[in-house]
Parts: sequence; C-alpha cells; structure tokens
Amino acid sequence: MTEEQTQSPPVPGSGNGGAQSNEELLRVTALVRHFPVTRGVIFRRKVGAVRAVDGIDLSVSKGQTLGLVGESGCGKTTTGRLLTRLDEPTSGQIVIDGHDVTHLRQGQMRPLRREIQMIFQDPYSSLNPRHTVGAIVGAPFRLQGLNPPGGIKRSVQELLELVGLNPEHYNRYPYEFSGGQRQRIGIARTLALRPKLIIADEPVSALDVSIQAQVINLLEDLQDDLGLTYVVIAHDLSVVRHISDHVAVMYLGKIVEVAPRDDLYAKPRHPYTVALLSAVPVPEPPGTPTGQRERRGRIRLEGDVPSPLAPPPACRFHTRCWKAQQICKTQEPPLAELAPDHKVACHFPENTPQQHEAITSPDPAAPS
Amino acid sequence: MAPLLEVQDLRIHFPTDDGLVKSVDGVSFSVERGSTLGIVGESGSGKSVTSLGIMGLHLGTSARITGQIKLDGEELVGADPDRVRELRGGKMAMIFQDPLSSLHPYFKIGDQITEAYRIHHPGATKKQARQRAIDMLGRVGISRPSVQVDAYPHQFSGGMRQRVMIAMALSNDPELLIADEPTTALDVTVQAQILDLIRDLQAEFGSAVIIITHDLGVVAELADDILVMYAGRVAEYGTAVDIFGQPSHPYTWGLLASMPRIDRERTARLVPIPGTPPSLIRVPSGCPFHPRCRYASQTGGRSENEVPPLREVTPGHLSACHLTAAQRAEFWAELSAGKVREDTREPA
Amino acid sequence: MISFIIRRLIAAVFLLIIVSMVVFAIFFILPRWGGQTTYGLATEYVGRNPTRSAVLQMIDQLGLNKPLYLQYWAYLKAIVVGGHYGTGTNSVYCPPPCFGYSFKNQQPVWPAMVSDIPVTLSLAIGAAILWLTAGIGIGVISALKRGSIFDRFSMTIALAGVSLPIFFTGLVALELFSYKWPIFPNVQFVPFTQNPALWARNLVLPWVTLAFLYAALYARLTRAGMLETMGEDYIRTARAKGLPERTVIFKHGLRAALTPILTIFGMDLGLLLGGALLTEYTFSLHGLGLFTIEAVQNQDFPEIMGVVMLASFFIVIANLVVDILYAVVDPRVRY
Repeated sequence: MTEEQTQSPPVPGSGNGGAQSNEELLRVTALVRHFPVTRGVIFRRKVGAVRAVDGIDLSVSKGQTLGLVGESGCGKTTTGRLLTRLDEPTSGQIVIDGHDVTHLRQGQMRPLRREIQMIFQDPYSSLNPRHTVGAIVGAPFRLQGLNPPGGIKRSVQELLELVGLNPEHYNRYPYEFSGGQRQRIGIARTLALRPKLIIADEPVSALDVSIQAQVINLLEDLQDDLGLTYVVIAHDLSVVRHISDHVAVMYLGKIVEVAPRDDLYAKPRHPYTVALLSAVPVPEPPGTPTGQRERRGRIRLEGDVPSPLAPPPACRFHTRCWKAQQICKTQEPPLAELAPDHKVACHFPENTPQQHEAITSPDPAAPS
Repeated sequence: MAPLLEVQDLRIHFPTDDGLVKSVDGVSFSVERGSTLGIVGESGSGKSVTSLGIMGLHLGTSARITGQIKLDGEELVGADPDRVRELRGGKMAMIFQDPLSSLHPYFKIGDQITEAYRIHHPGATKKQARQRAIDMLGRVGISRPSVQVDAYPHQFSGGMRQRVMIAMALSNDPELLIADEPTTALDVTVQAQILDLIRDLQAEFGSAVIIITHDLGVVAELADDILVMYAGRVAEYGTAVDIFGQPSHPYTWGLLASMPRIDRERTARLVPIPGTPPSLIRVPSGCPFHPRCRYASQTGGRSENEVPPLREVTPGHLSACHLTAAQRAEFWAELSAGKVREDTREPA
Repeated sequence: MISFIIRRLIAAVFLLIIVSMVVFAIFFILPRWGGQTTYGLATEYVGRNPTRSAVLQMIDQLGLNKPLYLQYWAYLKAIVVGGHYGTGTNSVYCPPPCFGYSFKNQQPVWPAMVSDIPVTLSLAIGAAILWLTAGIGIGVISALKRGSIFDRFSMTIALAGVSLPIFFTGLVALELFSYKWPIFPNVQFVPFTQNPALWARNLVLPWVTLAFLYAALYARLTRAGMLETMGEDYIRTARAKGLPERTVIFKHGLRAALTPILTIFGMDLGLLLGGALLTEYTFSLHGLGLFTIEAVQNQDFPEIMGVVMLASFFIVIANLVVDILYAVVDPRVRY
C-alpha cells in the first residue's frame, strides 16, 4: 500500500465510477448540523442556529487518508463527531462501506462500530483513570460481546505490541504512562476490533514535538500494515501534509477547497487556503535565502473568524478576503472542479488562469 | 553596552515528597536591549520555570533559587521581594499561554489594564489610567477601544484576548517582555497576526523580548538568538542563523528532523527522537540527553558519566555535547541529507 | 441582565405556586390515598372534641367533598383574602394572610407564626454573621498556610464541628456556660426592641452553637475553594502585573472562590429561616422551629401546613436573591 496512487475517487455525477480501482469507503453528501439557539423570557423559542456544519460533501477511498483542516469554528470537530455518529446530522447523508448510517439509532449503530472508530485528541482525559490498560483496550471486545480466539487478554497484548508498548504493562494504570504512550493506548483501543475507518480528531496536537513524530509514524505504519482508512482532523497544516493523501479545507461550516495533497500545498486555489498556508510559521530565520523565499507573497488576514451563528451571506469568506468583489457578497460560489480532482468554491480562485475575472457566470435572476 | 538581562548559572529546584525536582539546573544566557531571545524546549525542559524565575514568581513558593539574574545591572536573586514586585509588571512584563484563563473572568478588561497601570504609576488618576488602557487597546489592534474597554474577557475571541494581554503587559512600557507560549492556544491565522503584532510593538517600544515556545517555526519568526533547553539545562545557544543553519547538538537535530515541514519536499518518514523526556527528579547521569541520543555510543562512555560543558562551536555559538565539532558537522550533514533511518519502535 | 432577573422572578413565582400545590397535595390528597376517609380527615382538622356535628361542619367549611381544584382554590384564596371557619356563633374570621385556622389552639395560624419569626430571624442571622466571619476567615488562612499547624489544627476542629450534632454541642455549652459557670444564665429570648443588650447576651450561646457547625463547614469549603482559585492562571497574571499579594488574595482570589459558597449560603440561610429546629429545641427558644415541633407533636395540621408554606417561601426567596447576586458578581452567568 505504499505506492503512490493518483486515481481519483468517484465524483458525484462524473459517471466514471466503473473505472475505479479503489472502492469508496466513506461518502458524505450535503451533511448539515445546526445547533438551535433559543431566546425568550419564559417560553424559549428558536431564534437562530449555530450552523456548525452547513452542507459538506466528502469522499474517501479505502486505504487512503483524508485530512480535514480548518480553524476554530469551521466545523471540523463537529464533522468528526457526525461521522462516528456520536452526534446526529440535521440533514444530509453519511454512507460508510455501503451502509447508510445517517439516522441509525444507537442500538442499530452498535454492530457498525466495529467498522468505524475514533482516536481522540487528549490522551489525558480520553482514558478512564480507574481502569487498567488491559481493561481499556479490552473494553471494545466486551462491549461487542466478542471473544477472539485465544481470549481477550491475548488480543490486548498483541494490540499493545502493535502500537509499540510493552505487553507486560497490561495491568498498569494510565497515570503511569507519558502523554505519547497514552495516545498509543488510545490507538490500541481504537484498533481492537480491526475497524476499517478511523476518524482521528487532532491525534497529535496535545503531544510534545518529538513524540508527535513517533505517533505520526505509528499511524502511517498501521495504515500500511492493516489497510486502514483515515480521516484526520487537524489544524496543524504540516502534520496534515505529512500524512494525508487528500486534503479538504473547511471554513465556517463549508468546504472551500478539496484536492490531492501535493496539489493543495503546491497550488492552493482558494484565498483562504492561501492565507492559511501563508500563516504557517516556517522554521527558517528571515535572514536566510530560504527564509526570504518562504516569506515572499505573505498574506495576512484581518480580524477574527465570524461567528457561526451569523455567517456572512453568499461566500462566507468575503468579509476577510482581499479579492472580494460584489458577486462574492451576493452569490455563493459552488464547489467546482477546476483541475482534475481539485475542487474550489471561489469566484476568483488563485493560481488559475482567469484569476481576476469571475469564473462562475452570475445568475441572471440574482440581484447584483 | 551591558545586556539588559544577564542570567548566570541559574538553578531552580523544588523539594517535593518524591524528591528534589531540578527544573532548572545551570542555565546561562543574556538578552540585549531591543533584541529577541527564543527559548525552545519541550515539556519538562524548564523553559517556563526559567521565565517565572526571572519575573520573581517563585518567591513565596518552596523553590530554591541560586545563581544570578541581573536586570539592567540589578541582581534579582535574593533581592528584596518588594523591589522585585516593583519591577514586575513595570520594567519586565509577561504574557501567558491561555488568554482565557489568564484574564480574570469577573473584571472588565479595561479595569484589568488600569489596575496594572496604576500600580506602577501611583500618581495617575483613574481617568488617565483609563485613557491609557484605551490607547493600548487601540495600539494592539482592537477596534472601537473606547467601547471594548468595558467588555468582559468572555465576550472576546481567543486572538482578541491575547491582544488584550499584550496591551496589559505593554501598558507600563516594559524594557523586557516575556511571552510564554503566546500563540499555542490560537488558530494559525490568528497566531500569525499576534506574532506580527509582537514584532511591530517591539520595534515601536524598543523592548527586549523573550519568547518561549516548542514551535521552531514560531521561534524562527521572531528570535534573533535561540536557547535550546533540555531537562533543565542548556543544550545549545546561538543566533537563529547558527541554530537553524548549522545546528550543533543531537537534540536540536532531533527537533528539526522530527518536524513535518511545509516548506520542504515531503519526506517519506519523520525521524523522531526515541524515548520520552526524562523525569526531573532522576535526571540521567552525565549528559541528560544520552539515553535518547543516537550518537551517545560515539563519545567513548563520556555521555553516561560526564556532564558535557557548554563549549563554543563558533564565536557566540555554544553547545553542550561531548562529540567533537567535526563529528557534529558530519552527523548533521548526514541527517539533513536524509540518510538516517529511524530507530526501531519505542521500547516502552 | 434585566431579562435574567425577570426570568428568575417569574420562575420564583411559579415555584411558589408549585410548592403550594405540593403542600396541598400532601395534606389533602395523600391521606386519601392512604385510605383516610373525608370524615376522618375532617376529624383531624377539628382537633378537640370531634363531635359529629363539628366534623360535618368542618367538611362543609373546608369543602372536603368538593372537587379538588375547588378545595385548592379555596386554600389559595384564603391566603390572599382570608377565610371563615365554623358556622353561626362558632364562626371565626381568619384575616389574610390566612394559612389556615388551628382548631386545637383556637387561633389562626399566621399570628402564631408571626410571633415566632423574630426569634428565628435573630438566631439565624446572628449565627450567619458569626459563621461567615469565622468560617471564611479560617478557611482563607488555612488555604494560604496550607499544611501548617494552623491548617491541620483548624481542619481537625472543623471536622469535629461538622460531625458533632447540635443538641450535643448545645447541651454541653449550656452545661458549661449557663449552669456551671453562670456566664450566660437564663437563656431566654428577649426581643431586640425591648432590650438589645440582653437580647444579644441571651443569644450568644445559641449563636455560637449553631455557628460552630456551619463555620466548620464553610471553613472547609472556603479552604478548598481558595486552594483551587489560587492555582488559577489569572492569579498568576495578577502577580505578574506586580500587584501586592494582599490584593491578589482578596480582590482576585477570594472573590472568585466565594461565589460557589454564596450559592450554598443561600440554601443554608433559607433553610434556617424556616426554623432552626434543634437549636431552638435545645435552648428552648420559641421560634419557628419549636413551633414546627409542637405542631407535629400535636398533629395540628393547619399549623404544620402553614409553617411548611412559610419555610418554603423563605427558601425560594433566599435562592432567588443568591442567584441574582451571583449574576451580579460573575458576568459570565448573566444570560
């Protein structure tokens, strides 16, 4: 599974599903999650909603990694919770391995939890401090009523070895381990039932830099050895670049750009993606030639991200975009495929031949 | 001209029930007026404890502090606590990592700033102090400062709160600003804004800045000089150009090689530092990094037994390592050419 | 902020209505489920000399055969406009607020309660001032000098205070300071308006006894709250600004630590205002607590109902005040 794969996952309406060599494991269509906001002295009525996720489409093929990046309030964490059905979507559809899980009840969801699992961000609070490591990693077996050949303990010890921990630490408690080791315990637990799809919510951001690299390598090795499919949610663009095959950028509940990793980082097209990449501090001092080169053409955004309670109309990014024009305020740009497998939602995308003319024709019916 | 801040052989130890925690164990560096020092290290390196020590925030705790901390020629270690308190918030100011928990939730931000101002300017009237607060809020880029001055911290976003903290710290025109992980809790675009702000204000106010971080990208943005700390000691010390261009300590190499980078060709594999940072109660003998060092075996056993002294590599560039400078140059060349493979998986 | 207060006020009113319904249910509905007949119920209310005619009269007056909602309505109405009990020459008028008519004592419930309110009020508020000062003071010092002898000593005493029952400490206090060494002889309630000095002197023992228990509790709570608050980041910021330690502790630390204690205080004071039963009984102070005990011993239903309503009223009001105060202190809570 280490050879570079450059086929594109099935695109809605493109009609080339039959030519795919890789099956699609996860497909998300028009996913929406609104959190109602109520107001009122006695009787609370709904006055609005936090539009945490406001209509996104995703697709991940088996054995691939999709990186989902964005800043606070973009909806990526909520998306992660929706994908694992820890939360129920307001509308839209989630299909995992052919099963429509969108509105399944907890009981119906349970057998599918063998296929989908989650790695959590905080290795300190995601492990129950009163349980031994053995109990924690063995819990999925017990919850699903499974008895693997050789017994649960045996399987747990194999899992501990798989993530690089000493199987003899079966009876230790989480407090006896470091942050990186705890995250490995969490990963072992996630892998217990050999899931196909793993949603990793900021898997390394709570760890020290030197430990991050260890865990990143571990996740990559596991993907190679076990054929796992990942959706990695992160805000650290360098980490995402390292482990993803495809990257989707979210802003205020919508996907603004999605592309194969190298395309996105080499030729970002959405202005937000450009600003995001521009903001990542480069470990080269400004005085050196590399440092200067990296800092050329730097973009700095003004202000803070608008509140998801009242996202700007039409293109949500227009309030902070240096290229915003009238059409951006009145017509929402659709997520359009501008290059093979590279979709952008912008009227004036960067790195495109017609950077300064609207690439989408204005709707004659819309007010301009 | 004498440096603004001179730290000599600083040691900060905490006696606990489990033993003596040697958070800082022999650290020396200096900061010139108007320049920026970046202190880089991971958790347990002692970087935060050092900065709190400079500010005198360990006074009244069980910490045992020895060594010298000279601010503008004045010795702070062992000084009268009231004198240190006078300097704190006035001549030297500090901002912290999490601006939400670092601001008092009950008080308006304007009041928190005026409080800082009036303590160091006893003659100022309430009106003058309030005006100062409004000015500072405007300076750090908060819109409508005369309105926002009466807002509460929880009404702001993370980036704005950090700006408020910066406004508060700079309201007394300090000569030294210590920023402890100021952007770690912020989004990357906001982080970039804050780093730019710190840089601009430093130029405007002429203050020296110490920026403490684990992020080598952040330190490259701001620092003129870099101090790499490990297990309470200095691993390497030099200018930013030296440290990034010709790093001369295996720990620094480890940090650089284990970071995924946006600016380089994507490598197939990161080269992490094996193992975990050591306990500060049982610091490894000799060189504290030796249990995790790929090159420890090449020092003829000295890594385990002798503490490596901080020695010059080139003028102004110091490193605490038993390997010879020539060996180090060779190993770094190998590493940066990507010829080193990762060690086997972590033994727990 | 205003809408917050209005919402809380409306909620308080609703709560009081619900309390009145629950009280009504306990006294008029529950006994029926227990098998009590209307006649039997009325007999309870008549009290002395339950002659058949008196009981039937009672049934009529209280409307015990009418639908429940009418009975409830009559009950509520009485509170506001007063009511009549008895017929003909035996009829009595119970002026508003009428919480019922005690046939056993031949008097409306309300005046009997009112005369006891000053006793309970003096006891509760006096003790409250004592326990807040002592408890919070000791708690703060213990937190600041954590692990010291003072800390360990005071926390041990606090443990004793929380564990020893009031009637024990009260009786010991009486034995020592009233009988053996007559420092506070003849503990009897003297109204404040009559003789303030004597009023205070006679209340010292009950105050101290009651306050001992609560002070212990508040010392422990304050200590825990202070320890947690002093570890917060904003305390570090306050010190980093160069503020004097006193300002850091009291302005920045204590204020934040006390807000949860404020909530608890509201509950405690509210409960006490309804009658400090054990303390009043031990010291023979005729407040609402003793009123309640006597009413229960006499099985005087109207009196019991009346005091329950009054106590609930105090609790709801106390909690309302505390909620609003909390929002005044902590701006995050105002929505």
